[in-house]
Amino acid sequence: MTSAIVASGISKSFGDVDALNGLELDVPESAFFVLLGPSGAGKTTTLRVIAGLEKPDQGTLHLNGIDATRATPAERDLAMVFQSYALYPKKTAAENIASPLRARRLPQSEIDAQVKRVSELLHIEKLLQRKPAQMSGGEMQRVALGRALVRDPRAFLMDEPLTNLDLKLRVEMRTELTRIHRSLGRTFLYVTNDQVEAMSMADLVAVLRQGTVQQVGTPTEIYDHPVNRWVATFVGSPRMNLLHCTANGRLEGKGWSLPNPGFGINGDRPALFGVRSEDLSLDVREESAALDGQVYAVEPLGDRTLVDVEIGEQRIVIKAPPSAMFSIGERVRAAVDLDRVHLFDADTESAIARR
Amino acid sequence: MAEVLVKRLHKAFPDGTVAVEELNLEIGDGELFVMLGPSGCGKTTTLRCIAGLEQETSGQIVIGDEVVSGLRPSQRDIAMVFQFYALYPHLTVRDNMAFPLRAAKLPEAEVTERVNEAARMLQLEPFLTRRPSRLSGGEQQRVALGRAMVRHPKAFLMDEPLTNLDAELRADMRAELKHLQERLSSTMVYVTHDQTEAMALGDRIAIMNKGRLEQLGGPMEVYERPATLFAARFIGSPPMNLVEAEVTNGHLTAAGGLTIAAPEGLTRGAQVIAGVRPERLTLTATGTGANARIVSREALGDETIYVVDSEAGRLNVRMPPTARFDEEQAVKVSHIGAAPPAYDPKTEQVVST
Repeated sequence: MTSAIVASGISKSFGDVDALNGLELDVPESAFFVLLGPSGAGKTTTLRVIAGLEKPDQGTLHLNGIDATRATPAERDLAMVFQSYALYPKKTAAENIASPLRARRLPQSEIDAQVKRVSELLHIEKLLQRKPAQMSGGEMQRVALGRALVRDPRAFLMDEPLTNLDLKLRVEMRTELTRIHRSLGRTFLYVTNDQVEAMSMADLVAVLRQGTVQQVGTPTEIYDHPVNRWVATFVGSPRMNLLHCTANGRLEGKGWSLPNPGFGINGDRPALFGVRSEDLSLDVREESAALDGQVYAVEPLGDRTLVDVEIGEQRIVIKAPPSAMFSIGERVRAAVDLDRVHLFDADTESAIARR
Repeated sequence: MAEVLVKRLHKAFPDGTVAVEELNLEIGDGELFVMLGPSGCGKTTTLRCIAGLEQETSGQIVIGDEVVSGLRPSQRDIAMVFQFYALYPHLTVRDNMAFPLRAAKLPEAEVTERVNEAARMLQLEPFLTRRPSRLSGGEQQRVALGRAMVRHPKAFLMDEPLTNLDAELRADMRAELKHLQERLSSTMVYVTHDQTEAMALGDRIAIMNKGRLEQLGGPMEVYERPATLFAARFIGSPPMNLVEAEVTNGHLTAAGGLTIAAPEGLTRGAQVIAGVRPERLTLTATGTGANARIVSREALGDETIYVVDSEAGRLNVRMPPTARFDEEQAVKVSHIGAAPPAYDPKTEQVVST
């Protein structure tokens, strides 16, 4: 697959603050590529550097193989969608969508055809004559999207476009965005701090922290094989359970012990044992790999029940079926799916590979 | 602790807005009672009427054996807990907890006794000389609760106390609060707009809409059998699928031949809306089932949510992470498991039994 956007060794400081620190990014042509990270990770700066709104201190940017490090924003031919809609309040939806084309002095017939095309794509034909004040947040977001889509740019850059929408609308727009991406077949570079958004829409996710890329992979790769403790706990809800331990032939923690399922370790080593809540089961059949503890709280969520359990002095969360009935203080045994557990070095926090 | 009764509560504001209409609630002694609804549903106004921060237009509030209508907030023996992290940073845990008692000019011996008692119940004894910044989020929450407990309130009133916290801390605090409430058997009235929080915490949940009670029930009850279409849309994420269907011979049949197990209490030939949870649908590549097409797939790690288009409408389907279907793929969708609740399309009320 060819690369639409390649950022190499990008660094950018604002005064004393290093926003980006030798950032490496390779966005394949027509991918839905998500930059995921907490606030302050450098996501928006990355997007602005790629768009040409921010000049990097170091590093190069290639767009479709051509060096664009010094190109103007217009020459880069990228369309930005922001979290604030920034629509013209006195213009109708149709006029708002048409505005980038008017700026380029396209003939009216061409403008009409393009507005029609994107309004069909976004299912906003009925809104075209309305002004922003007559639209809901979701409708405004679609119109703002339409204004970006009316152009035919090299790639679309989106900065948390769903942040201001309520939960229900956000879920709907996720589905819409993946559909639109598929029908356009264009590269989407999408920035978010919401791991559910990233997991649910992305072909590829780059997890960003403190201006560097921690891991790039499909959502499933990142969920199943996080490269370090930080990625492991940032992606997934409830977050991955972690227990301090000493690892060798067994994994030994305070009040628990499990066989080492093959992590490559020589000699006793302090480590963090990681297991996701769905890889623990309170329905114990096998006795060999289990954690003993005491129920701390029970949270029924409808499709599942989260059971908080104290193991020694630490707490873990177990995903149980909705019918699970436990009471606080009850002693329980949680079976561990050893094929799906993780081990992180206590110092470097990097994942320890299996032999 | 004590029970809290809300009797025919009516609250209209001077501009004519009716915030709460004829609301009746019986909150049990030792119960964690959640009021859930969108903004403007009347949940906060109700809480403020219980606290005495708003004067009801009509109706009555009873706390314990006492009618408190007309009493000032300070005379009601209740503790309002706002955001949990609002501790005084320059005071130790002990001084934070003693603060409301010293403000009420209690003798210092009594202050010490009550703080020690609360610290023992909340397992805060090792932290009494620390400042809040040296405590974990969960410990800070216990201090905030302790500060409310020392006043020996009849009930705790909480208005979205976890709202401004990040997701990780919120999940921790939720478990902590649930644990403490159950261990202390305190009466708590908890207001939130977050349905996950309501489900996780509530012994019972009152779902409110436009100043009225839509449904009152335990978490699994409101999840399995929402009383109205409003409640059905409000509880659960992704939301319940609301599928138009006809009551046929022993089944509910929707457009495109989607067959759903029929609940009791319906008459044959009736048109209903079936409320089908995403985990009660399943997808297969071939075989029986109604025709559908994958619109999107959301791989969340522990599960995958598929959005599919079918003749019965757009549907959310919850599948295990091992299920693999591609976008645009033609699939079959089927209903599995127990019969769903069914709703009258006009009254929007549940009609199945």
